[in-house]
Formats: sequence, structure tokens, C-alpha cells
Amino acid sequence: MTSHSLRDLLADHPFLEGFPPNYLDQLAEICFEKRFHEDEIIFREADPSGFFYLIISGTVALEITAPGRVLRIQTIGADEELGWSSMMDNGRKQFQARALDPVKALAFDGARLRSLCEANCGFGYLVLKRLLGVVSERLQNTRMQLLDVVSSK
Amino acid sequence: MTTDVMTPAAAELRSVSKENHDTFSLVLDAPEGMEPFKPGQFSMLYVFGAGELPISISGDPQHPDRLTYTVRSVGPVTYQLVTREPGEFIGVRGPFGTCWPLDRARGKSVLIVAGGIGLAPLRPAVYSILRRRGDYDRLVVLYGARSPRDMLYKKELSAWGMLPDNQVLTTVDYGGVSWRGPVGVVTTLFKSVRLNPAETIAMLCGPEIMMRYAIRDLLARGFPPENISLSMERNMKCAAGFCGHCQLGPHFVCKDGPVFDYPALREYLDVYEL
Repeated sequence: MTSHSLRDLLADHPFLEGFPPNYLDQLAEICFEKRFHEDEIIFREADPSGFFYLIISGTVALEITAPGRVLRIQTIGADEELGWSSMMDNGRKQFQARALDPVKALAFDGARLRSLCEANCGFGYLVLKRLLGVVSERLQNTRMQLLDVVSSK
Repeated sequence: MTTDVMTPAAAELRSVSKENHDTFSLVLDAPEGMEPFKPGQFSMLYVFGAGELPISISGDPQHPDRLTYTVRSVGPVTYQLVTREPGEFIGVRGPFGTCWPLDRARGKSVLIVAGGIGLAPLRPAVYSILRRRGDYDRLVVLYGARSPRDMLYKKELSAWGMLPDNQVLTTVDYGGVSWRGPVGVVTTLFKSVRLNPAETIAMLCGPEIMMRYAIRDLLARGFPPENISLSMERNMKCAAGFCGHCQLGPHFVCKDGPVFDYPALREYLDVYEL
């Protein structure tokens, strides 16, 4: 895939909506397209946090494994983000991620993305602000699931 | 049939069918002279010797001679309801309350957001839309259940989703490994829907917390407040606005609701005690 079409995919992804063109150019230089087949484990819980992904198509399950069973916490799909823990130094993956169907994503090496953020505070602030939105939404959704509101009606 | 709104009329139970592990649909012959129901309305169902409950009508308004109620067996009266046998009689009062704004939705898209058994009061609206499909633009149904085994009307949901210009998405809070669909609260499905908020009427029914967060999300996505309707559940007793048990701010849910436009309830949804 050419960096031009990668750049287009980046510009179309909601996570990067409104990013200045020069920021998108920088991101295009460090990202690559990655595909996962159905049932492929993208990463396992407690793996060193390597990559951050912007999902283009397909569905990913976030799971916690326990002896004899797998608990699915959430599913995420096109236009969403995967692997935010890669933005933390020495981070470890919080969940196991598994492709539920063929997945196409844009992958960013966490270390390189962090370096870009540190080199340009404006860029870094924008990225972290968007990531905070992702983490906040996931936290809120998890709280709602814990409340078990649907069964209480 | 009596014209006294407080006196139940006897309705013969035609069938009881299991929707999932704890929820059943009851079909009754409508008592003679009963006013046809509108989507979103409810009846008071009385099990002789057990008690009376408000239950939304979940059947097809095109067949007002048959009244369908989807009941989750969670207490003594609901247990008595779902364990009745065909041929037995159940007391019915109603139909009561306001209905979904289907007239106002004509020419627009309709977004249905349901949680748990909240899909039941919305099913008559879906039936009505499907019957007059040309009167509406897109129909999107978003349904969240606790787990795959708690989902209602699975076959119908699947059938609705196959029709042109319809989109049906379901999600569960807890999915086993065999579940291939989304896991997460119903609001996580909003991202998968492309609608013009100004030209869409949203109809919500489910736990109040779910509706509150869904409304916040819809407003953030640009839905005008007046394009959002929701169905409320309160402790309805008389169903005619006499007793005040179901009062919510200045409203009696039984008479002024159960379906409200969001602006009418905006001040009361976040209040701890009313």
C-alpha cells in the first residue's frame, strides 16, 4: 500500500478527524497496514504493549482469559481504536484481542508514536486528548455493563 | 365491555409462548368493545386473586382483536400471569396512555433503541412502520440485552434486518465465546449507524439509566431534543391519573405517558427522588 493511500485512510478515520495535514503526514510515515484473519489473536493479555491500531474494517473482541473459559468484555469494530496501552511506557496489554472476522487495521509502533508525541508537544497533546476520549468511553461503557442495568428492568 | 376504566373485562388467554428463559408472550382475545390500541400503549392485567400489573402491549396493532403482552417473570403476579393456561381468563383494563410519535416520524428515518424487555413496547411501532414502509425513510433498530440467552424476538430481529432500508444491530453485556456479535452497552452501537439527526425520530425504551445515557449520546450526535421520545415505567396503579402513584414531576406516567417527548422529561430524568 502506498503512503498516499495510507494517508487517505488516516484522514478518513474518526480518531484523526480534524488533525492538521502535517500531523497526518507524520503519522503516515510511521504506520502500516495490518490484516488479521478470523480468530487470530492480535495480542494477549499482559503482552508488552507493542502496537496501537486504528481499525478500518472487521470486528475485534476484547477478552479476559480465565482457566477453562474466555470472558468477552467488549467488541470493537471499524472506525474504532485498539491497543491504547501502547502509549504508556512499559505498558502491558490489558486484555486479549481476537479478530472475530477478517480485520484490516492501520498499525503504529507504540514506541515510535510516543517519540513523535514527545518531539512535538502540540501533536502529542492532540493524540493523548483523543486517546483520553477513547479510554473514558471504554471506562463509562464498562461501568454501564457492571451496573447490569438491562437485567434490572 | 364496561365503560368504567377501573373495572377489568375478562379476556380469554389464547396462548402462552416462551420468548427466553424467563420471559413469555401471552396472547389474549380482546374483550368485546375494547378500544383498539396504539403502539406504545399499555394495559392493566389482573390475575384473579393475585394482583394487577401494567404491561405494555407488544403485538401488532393491525390485529386489535388479539392482545399480545410480553411478560418477564420476576415476581408473584408476573409468575401467575405466565403460568396461566390457554382457556383461562385474565382481567384487562385499557388500553391506556400515549403512543409512539409515528405520525410525526412520517417522511423521516426512525431509530429504535431498546434495552432488555424494553423492546416489547417498541415492537408494535416496528410492525406499524413495516406495514407502511413507504411512509418512512430508514428504520434502524438497536437492541441491547444482558446476554444472548436474554434476547427477545431473535427471529423477528433477524427478519427485520433483512428488509431493504432496515438496519438491526444487537449487542449483549455478557457474551460467551460462541457469541459472534457485539459485546457492550447499546450506546456502543451508535457508531455503526449513519443517520441525519435532524431527519430522524428516535424512540427509546429500556432501563432508565440506559435511556439517560442514550439520550446524552444522541444529543451529542446532534439529535434535536424534540426528535427523541422515550417510554417511562413507574408504579402505575389506577392507570387513569386518579391515584398519583406514578407521578413524575408534573406528569402522571399512566395518563401523560408512558411515551413522552424528551423535552417534557428533561428536568426529571436525573433526579434521585421524585
